Amino acid sequence: MSAQNVITTPPLEPTEAIPATGGRGRTGGPGRDGQRSAKSSLKLGNIITTLILSVGAVIMIAPLAWTFSTSLKTKDGVFELPPQWIPDPFVWENYARIWTAGPLMTGIQNSLIVACSVTIIGSLTSALAAFAFAKMRMPFKNVLFLGLLSGLMIPFPTLMIPQFTIFASIGWVDTLLPLIVPGLFGNIIMIFFLRQFLNSVPDSIVEAARIDGASYLQIFWTLIMPAIRPALAAQFILWFMAVWNDYLAPIIYLNSPGTQTLQLVIANFNAQYAIQTDYPLIMAASFVALLPVLIVFIVFQRQIIESIALSGSKG
Amino acid sequence: MTTITRPRRSRLHRKEHQAALLFVAIPVIGFLLFTLFPLLFSVYASFTNWNGISAPVFKGLDNYTRMFGDRYFLKSLWNTLFMMIGIPVGLVISLALALAMNRKMRGTTFFRTVYYLPVISSIAAVAILWQWAFNGDFGLINQGLGLIGIDGPNWLQDTATVKPALIIMAVWKGLGYSMLLYLAALQSVPRYLYEAAALDGATAWQQFRHITIPMVRPVTFFLIVTSIIGGSQIFVEINIMTPTGGPEFESASIVWYIWQKAFDNLQMGYASAMSVVLGLLVFIITFIQFRLNRRNQFSID
Repeated sequence: MSAQNVITTPPLEPTEAIPATGGRGRTGGPGRDGQRSAKSSLKLGNIITTLILSVGAVIMIAPLAWTFSTSLKTKDGVFELPPQWIPDPFVWENYARIWTAGPLMTGIQNSLIVACSVTIIGSLTSALAAFAFAKMRMPFKNVLFLGLLSGLMIPFPTLMIPQFTIFASIGWVDTLLPLIVPGLFGNIIMIFFLRQFLNSVPDSIVEAARIDGASYLQIFWTLIMPAIRPALAAQFILWFMAVWNDYLAPIIYLNSPGTQTLQLVIANFNAQYAIQTDYPLIMAASFVALLPVLIVFIVFQRQIIESIALSGSKG
Repeated sequence: MTTITRPRRSRLHRKEHQAALLFVAIPVIGFLLFTLFPLLFSVYASFTNWNGISAPVFKGLDNYTRMFGDRYFLKSLWNTLFMMIGIPVGLVISLALALAMNRKMRGTTFFRTVYYLPVISSIAAVAILWQWAFNGDFGLINQGLGLIGIDGPNWLQDTATVKPALIIMAVWKGLGYSMLLYLAALQSVPRYLYEAAALDGATAWQQFRHITIPMVRPVTFFLIVTSIIGGSQIFVEINIMTPTGGPEFESASIVWYIWQKAFDNLQMGYASAMSVVLGLLVFIITFIQFRLNRRNQFSID
C-alpha cells in the first residue's frame, strides 16, 4: 500500500508514548485475596501469558524463518520429508547466485533512487507547507488544507488510469519519473502530522524571529526544522518504507528489467524460477528484499512504533 | 490570488501571505495535477468507450449498466467483500494479544517487535513466501498439518481454499498493526476505573466487557474503517499469488479486475467506470467514519 493510500484518522495532540518496558498497568483488577497470593497468581498469569505469546510469536516468525532456512537449502533439500529447518548442507552460494540470476542489483538501485529522492525532497516540501499551514497567516488557508485532506479519500486505483495516460503522453512510461515526480510535491499525511505537531510549538518564537528581521525561510530552517525533527524523522521512515514496498504503481509503469524496482524484480524471480523449482533462489532474493526494511525497522523501532500508535490511538 | 484583509494591516500581512502561499503552492499544485485532474478525467472516461490510445467516444451510462451484467465484475466484487472476513477475526486476536502484552512483565518489547515484523515487510515478498507456504505438496502449512495427520489441500489452486488462504495471510500480515493500536489505547485507560470496578465486586469479565471494550471502541472503529478501505483495494497478493485471478476467478479482486481490464485488455473506459465505483465506495466509508467519529475530531482553528 502506498503512503498516499493510508487514510489515517487525525490524532489530537501527541499523547504519552508507549514506555519501552511495557504496560503501565494490567487490565485485570487487583485480586481481593491477600497480597502474597495475589502476587503469586500474577506471576503464574505472567508465565501463562508469556507461553501463549511465545507460541504466537513462533507462528508469526515461522514464514520468515522458513524463507531464510529455504534460501540456504539445495534445490532438492526443499522437498525433503520431514522438512529440514536447519539446512544440510548450508548453501550460502544461493546468495551469490541471485545477483547474476536477475537484475537484483539494478532493482535495489532503482528502489533507492525512487525512495530517497521522493522522501528527501517530498519531506522538505511537506514540512514547508506544514509550517505555512500551522504558523502563517494566509487567505483561504483552511479551505486549501481541507481540500488537500479530502484528496486522501480518493484511492489510488481510481486515479491510476488517467495518471498512466498523462505519463504515457509525455513519454515517461518505463522510466522512474512517474514514481518520483508525484512524490516530490509532498505527502498530505505528512503535512497533516507535522501541522498537528507544530501546534505544540509556541507562536511566539516565530513572532520574535520576525521582529528580529528573520525571513520566513530562515525561520523555517533554523527554528521550525529543529523543532519538528522527531515527528519528521518518524514520518520520513514510514514514508520511505511505503515507497520501498510499493508494488502497484511500479507494475503499471515499468516493463523493462533495467528500470524495475526491487519489488518487481523479486516478483519476476518468483514467476521465472518457480517453473524451474529453484525455490532456494527465490527465497534468497525475497530475503534480500526484506532486509533493508528489517534493518531500518530494528534501528528506528521506537520512532516507528510510537508514530504508528499515535496515528491511530485517538482514532 | 489577491489578498482580502482589512486595509490597515494589509501591508504588514501581504508579505506573510505571499510567503505562505509560496510554501503551500507545491503540494497544492501536486494535488491539482495528480489527484483532482485525474479524478475528473476518470469520471469523464467512465462515460466513454476508450482504449487508451485513440480518443474516447462518449457512450453515456453504457459502462455502468454493463457492470451489473458482468459476471466477472460481480464475482470480483463478491470476492473482495468475502475476503474481509479476516477483519473481525484479526481484531479479536489482536485485542487479545494487546491485553496480554499490556501486563507488567518481561519480554513485551520483544514480542511487540516480532508481531510487528510482518507489518513492515513488503507485501510482494510476503506474498511470495506465503505462496510458497501454501504449496500443496511441500508447503509449510501442509507440512504442519501433516504433523497432526491432516492431508492439506492445494490451497491456492482449490476453489474452496484459495480465499481462506488469502484471509489467513492477511490476518497474519495485519495483526501487529492493530495490536499496537489496541495496546496504545489500553495504556491510556485510567487505572482507577478498574480499581473502582474491582471494589464494587466486578469480575474480570465484567471489567473487560464494561470498561475495556468501551474504552477501546474508537480504535476498533478506526481499525474497522481503515481495514475496509484497505481491503477494498487488495491487489498485490492476488497478482503475485494467483496471477490469473485464481481457480475459476475465485480470488480476483476489484482492483485486480480493474488493472486487468485497463492494462491487459485496454478497456480503459470500462475500467475507469469500475474505478469510479470503487472510489465512491471508499469515499462513502471514509465519510461515515468522519461523521460518526466527530467527537474525536480535530478542529481547524
